[in-house]
Amino acid sequence: MIALLLRDLRLAVRAGGGFGLGLAFFLIVVVLVPFGVGPDTAVLSRIAPGNLWVASLLAALLSLDRIFALDYEDGSLALLATSPLPLEGAAMMKALAHWITTGLPLTLAAPALGFLLSLAPEAYAYLLLSLLIGTPALSMIGTFGAALTVGLRRGGLLLSLLVLPLYVPTLIFGAEAVRRGADGLDPSGALMLMGGITAGCFALLPFATSAVLRVNLR
Amino acid sequence: MLTVTDLTCERGGLPVLTGVSFDVAAGQALILRGPNGIGKTTLLRTLAGLQPAVAGHVTYPEDESAYASHADGIKTALSVTENLRFWADVYGADLPRDILETFDLADLAERLGGTLSAGQKRRLGLARLGVIGRKVLFLDEPTVSLDGFSVKLFAKWLQDTHLARGGVAVIATHIDLGLAAPELDLTPFKSDVDAGGGTDEAFL
Repeated sequence: MIALLLRDLRLAVRAGGGFGLGLAFFLIVVVLVPFGVGPDTAVLSRIAPGNLWVASLLAALLSLDRIFALDYEDGSLALLATSPLPLEGAAMMKALAHWITTGLPLTLAAPALGFLLSLAPEAYAYLLLSLLIGTPALSMIGTFGAALTVGLRRGGLLLSLLVLPLYVPTLIFGAEAVRRGADGLDPSGALMLMGGITAGCFALLPFATSAVLRVNLR
Repeated sequence: MLTVTDLTCERGGLPVLTGVSFDVAAGQALILRGPNGIGKTTLLRTLAGLQPAVAGHVTYPEDESAYASHADGIKTALSVTENLRFWADVYGADLPRDILETFDLADLAERLGGTLSAGQKRRLGLARLGVIGRKVLFLDEPTVSLDGFSVKLFAKWLQDTHLARGGVAVIATHIDLGLAAPELDLTPFKSDVDAGGGTDEAFL
């Protein structure tokens, strides 16, 4: 399984892997917000938690369709499915590789972008923490969505429609945690609920992903 | 080593082959013949476990099978050696030292998968079979886009290495590999679609 993780990471950082694409997208979306909303720092700082979360969610969405599509096209998905590697494990490694190449850079870049939106100083720690807890769930749910649409032409659009509603709970609790942090309230409830979502996703979705992949490979 | 009894397999919900039965002993290969569309790929995918059989049984030692499809599963951004090492790691095997020579890939060891020609890619795809060390191979048109020399190279590996150590291979191909292997023509097993499960399904 480690071999698959290392291969996916290596593919992501090599030419054409799309590494950094999500990060650049995140940057642009966040930079666009003040142009749309206006330079009023009071307004910006109020909408910053939600904005940062929505932007990181969209950025994570961007590279989802590559998770299985490339392996499906070159035939290695069928070879992986017939290999001794459990497909559930492969699904989890795929999600993990997606998180390391997308979710983790987003998490680390978010504080810098929070500055652009004049996020309240108290909220930075919770922004980092909430993204750290929440983005793995985004990758795992996205991997499941990618498995559902693998082999479909123009599956990327359908994938967004399928996955975005499933992102709602993570978004609500993530943004809520940051907002409470910014207002000086205790955000631990929202953070714990989000941790529960992430843990639940990693416990259940690898099995669902593997079942869906087997159907799609038939 | 490989026993297939009364196997029925389907494609797109319609049975394509019915009542396929054969035995392959250790150290033997079986060549599948038949016109395009008869169901050679479907049969191989069913044998490999990628799709369930409608009826019948397939038995072979557990965790000993490998499947090679039309596509080679080569990552264009990885080098030839990296591609092979990945599959060796997945199967928990070591990279045999002479594997690159066996498939005439030694000069290409550091080349990226994306820069290989179709025939070179195929040789890399076949070299994977030599790396993973599985005993029961299901090969779907393994010689497509190979030149005559490479076909001989592959047949030699199959005969002298794989079959010689007690392996088994079921090969769908249209050309003569030069193997002393029995052939199975799939034409007699063709399903009569109207008489098969097709009509029942409409009423469900």
